[in-house]
Amino acid sequence: MLTTLLISIAVTSLISVFLALLMVIADATIGNYGVVKISVNNGIRELEVLGGQPLLRSLQQEGIFIPSACGGRGSCGLCKVKVIEGGGDYLPTELPFISEEERKELVRLSCQVKVKNDVAIEIPEELFYVKEFSTKVERIRDLTHDIKEVTLRLIEPEQITIKAGQYVQFVVPEYEDLDEEVYRAYSVASPPGDASHVELEVRLVPGGICTTYVHEHLKEGDEVMINGPYGEFFLRDTDTPVIFIAGGSGMAPIKSILLDMEKSQNPRPAQYFFGARSKRDLFLLDEMKALETSIPNFTFIPALSEPLEEDNWEGEIGLITDVVHRNVKDASLSEAYLCGSPGMIDACIKVLSDLGVSEDCIFYDKF
Amino acid sequence: MHNFAIFFASIFTGNILLTNYLGMCSFLSVSKELKTSLGLGAAVVFVMATTTPLNWMVYEWLLIPFGLEYLRFIVFIIVIAAFVQLTEMALERYSEGLYQALGIFLPLITVNCAILGASLFMVIREYSLSTSFFFGLGSGIGWALAIVAMAGIRQKLKTAKIPPGLEGPGITLVIAGFMAMAFMGFSGMIALS
Repeated sequence: MLTTLLISIAVTSLISVFLALLMVIADATIGNYGVVKISVNNGIRELEVLGGQPLLRSLQQEGIFIPSACGGRGSCGLCKVKVIEGGGDYLPTELPFISEEERKELVRLSCQVKVKNDVAIEIPEELFYVKEFSTKVERIRDLTHDIKEVTLRLIEPEQITIKAGQYVQFVVPEYEDLDEEVYRAYSVASPPGDASHVELEVRLVPGGICTTYVHEHLKEGDEVMINGPYGEFFLRDTDTPVIFIAGGSGMAPIKSILLDMEKSQNPRPAQYFFGARSKRDLFLLDEMKALETSIPNFTFIPALSEPLEEDNWEGEIGLITDVVHRNVKDASLSEAYLCGSPGMIDACIKVLSDLGVSEDCIFYDKF
Repeated sequence: MHNFAIFFASIFTGNILLTNYLGMCSFLSVSKELKTSLGLGAAVVFVMATTTPLNWMVYEWLLIPFGLEYLRFIVFIIVIAAFVQLTEMALERYSEGLYQALGIFLPLITVNCAILGASLFMVIREYSLSTSFFFGLGSGIGWALAIVAMAGIRQKLKTAKIPPGLEGPGITLVIAGFMAMAFMGFSGMIALS
């Protein structure tokens, strides 16, 4: 009996060891592509990495973070980069995410492309500034009954280069039933001028992984990892009039943009429509009102869709789309910046097109 | 002659998918497009034709002499997994075309039960080394044939009116049942044993 047991263990181990050895040898010979070069944006940066890994991971190791929501499984289609040289042909796993036009521009999913030889890629320049930051929670305060403002002080690196309106990813550590790290995107509410702080506005979503964590577990003094900045949601450098529309925690990026406009004394005519249900959902009213005097041509128009009797509300009443319609006559030369729920944004895009805003002048972040 | 008969029998009369219902998970999920199912089918043909004789050697020359036949389940799986992994690495390195066509499907079928099933049948039916090869090859081709036929039918189904509750895997299983019956028509020709 004992001998059978020993023999079976020995044989199984023998086979496993032999196969494992074979794999190790294969890894060192067939799987070894040596050191290869990644040339980024026409050689602005040259990276030397160990070949054989997906492009997304190689770039990550060198400190270039391409936004990705699925963690490299090829299911979110976010990690697109242009691979000019050395990427090989498209894989069937990429095709569902790549449009005909993107194919012509050599756009690839960086999690699927393996770096096997020298490659040349092009990425948006902003991604150079994307880094991972360790931070400490400096302050948490309630903005409304379900929105908290979280101020993070950057520890390492100490400064962030960000454009007003961009977002960062908040790393939710393992807690309770959550058994792996999760990333969630939040717009930064603090102005770029304050490079050592990042301020987020987090609304409690029942059952939300990150929002529950922030609302029920996070305390002042806790350490938090974030990475960023990401996104194309920033004020374009033109002099057209601007229409901002936000709802709920969509306040965050607009606030950052407005504070930036205050600092640069931007003379563009700007209107900011902020929609909420009743008075208890409104916040930062005084701060926004104060900006009307400190930004040259700025008006703030808060609106309630269902004001309660005790609110004594004297401002605009109605859905944000109706309020915009009432207050804007001709917007054909304007740019519009929207942040809020997908439903609100879709409705606003419709109204804005009716008012004459051309589609490529409407910018939005749907969260 | 014997090998030839086994080869044909494993494609038609004893089709591993339609008579034993093995390898259903990938059969159901990857049979939406003709092109992808062709790629997956080819990968299965290759892996079955190679791992079945490979496992025969491990079984006859290693497990039987030590009296360890009962370890075959775990040993076969390890051998298949390692072999598939090695093949994938080699393809990736040396043949871009083949990697495009086959390589990306290889990890999908490592744990396909039809592959392990072929190795286990080979043991139960006491095949010789050469017969195992033909059996593996035939079973692989049979599996590929079934999934490609299914993909062809499913592409037609896209425009068909299907009761909502039956959409997706439901109707696919019903069709697989019909196909199995159709393949039974071959059973008078040669028997697989």
